Amino acid sequence: MTVALEGLRIVLLAGGLFFFVTGSLGLLRFPDTYTRLHAVTKADNVGLGLLVAGLSLHSLEWQSTALMLLIWLFVMASGATSAQLLARYQREQDRQESASNGNR
Amino acid sequence: MEIAEAVLDTALIGLLLTMAWATLHTQRMSAAIALFAGFGMVLALIWARLRAPDLALAEAAIGAGLTSALLLRAASITREETIRIPTSRLWLRWLFVTAVFAWLAVHVLALSTLDGGHSLPELVTGQTPNSGVRHPVTAVLLNFRAWDTLLELLVLLLALLGFRQIARHNRHPYDADHHPAPWPLLKAWSRSLAPLLVVTGGYLLWRGSDDPGGAFQAGAVLAAALVLLRLSGQLPVFRWSRWTVRLAALTGPALFLSVAIGSAVMGEGWLNYPDNASTLLIVLIESAATVSIAVTLAFLVAGEEEDIAE
Repeated sequence: MTVALEGLRIVLLAGGLFFFVTGSLGLLRFPDTYTRLHAVTKADNVGLGLLVAGLSLHSLEWQSTALMLLIWLFVMASGATSAQLLARYQREQDRQESASNGNR
Repeated sequence: MEIAEAVLDTALIGLLLTMAWATLHTQRMSAAIALFAGFGMVLALIWARLRAPDLALAEAAIGAGLTSALLLRAASITREETIRIPTSRLWLRWLFVTAVFAWLAVHVLALSTLDGGHSLPELVTGQTPNSGVRHPVTAVLLNFRAWDTLLELLVLLLALLGFRQIARHNRHPYDADHHPAPWPLLKAWSRSLAPLLVVTGGYLLWRGSDDPGGAFQAGAVLAAALVLLRLSGQLPVFRWSRWTVRLAALTGPALFLSVAIGSAVMGEGWLNYPDNASTLLIVLIESAATVSIAVTLAFLVAGEEEDIAE
């Protein structure tokens, strides 16, 4: 049982790290703001969730698990909001740019 | 486990130095500010690793969060996109930095042994039971060195007054690019986040007498709530002409000063609290200071501009 638990923990933590690495890679390599935001927010939400799941198997105390779940929820909510804000700002910029190009 | 901790610490130190270097050497203003915020977060992590949670909290909330917000605002006012890195008389700058660093190092190292071989931490822990609070950092800030904290509050007030002087001469017209109208998701999120921030701030303030926390950390968290509500258009413009803003900004320094004067005139001396009232006085001063710090910081970050909402 403990071996299975340990194995599951390692799989979850490795999965979380994989999502963080791919998210960072996407942030560096994707061409524009929207795709970069997509990479970072999707990867961070899932990656952090997997890390929280793996770490809660490590401690098995409900207080620390509850705290980590709360942190995950807050990161997801603020990540979603700020990603939308940045994307909206970029869309405004794009619109102004195309409008000024059209005038010329 | 020790190897893992050593690897983590080495990585953190390397990251901190890299970020400091990158912050100083990048050409783009916005990139420099983003790097500075990252630098602050790494520094907060390092303070946490050094078991200094007070400093970690303060660095994360004020150093990384609010200072970066202030820098962003300043950058949006000057509209400078690139940074000109000075290259003339570099040796003079190096000399100055080295001299200041050496002077600081000598004085900090001298603090480790005071008269009679007592170290400063021993003295503080020994005297904490007499201070009226149980957390040594709060005892130093609000009792042993209360004079320094009073001066910090006055510095913050001066910063606010200076900002008002500069802002009056630099009024730039309402700019639609910089403030898109607040939109529903941001409104909803700020509305649900603000009460949680108020609870967190109150908790930090209240726990400050026993555990890490206190007026500056609590004030910074409350300021974040105020800025968030302001930017999402749910609070009216912070104007100095509003009496509520003035009262909130002045109440901390005013209460602290009157306690100082009162203890000098009626008690045993300047900021020497009477023994039976020190806990009450410290809690009162900290609460008033939290309100003033929150309003002052929020004003510096998001105060006095044309209406963002609608």
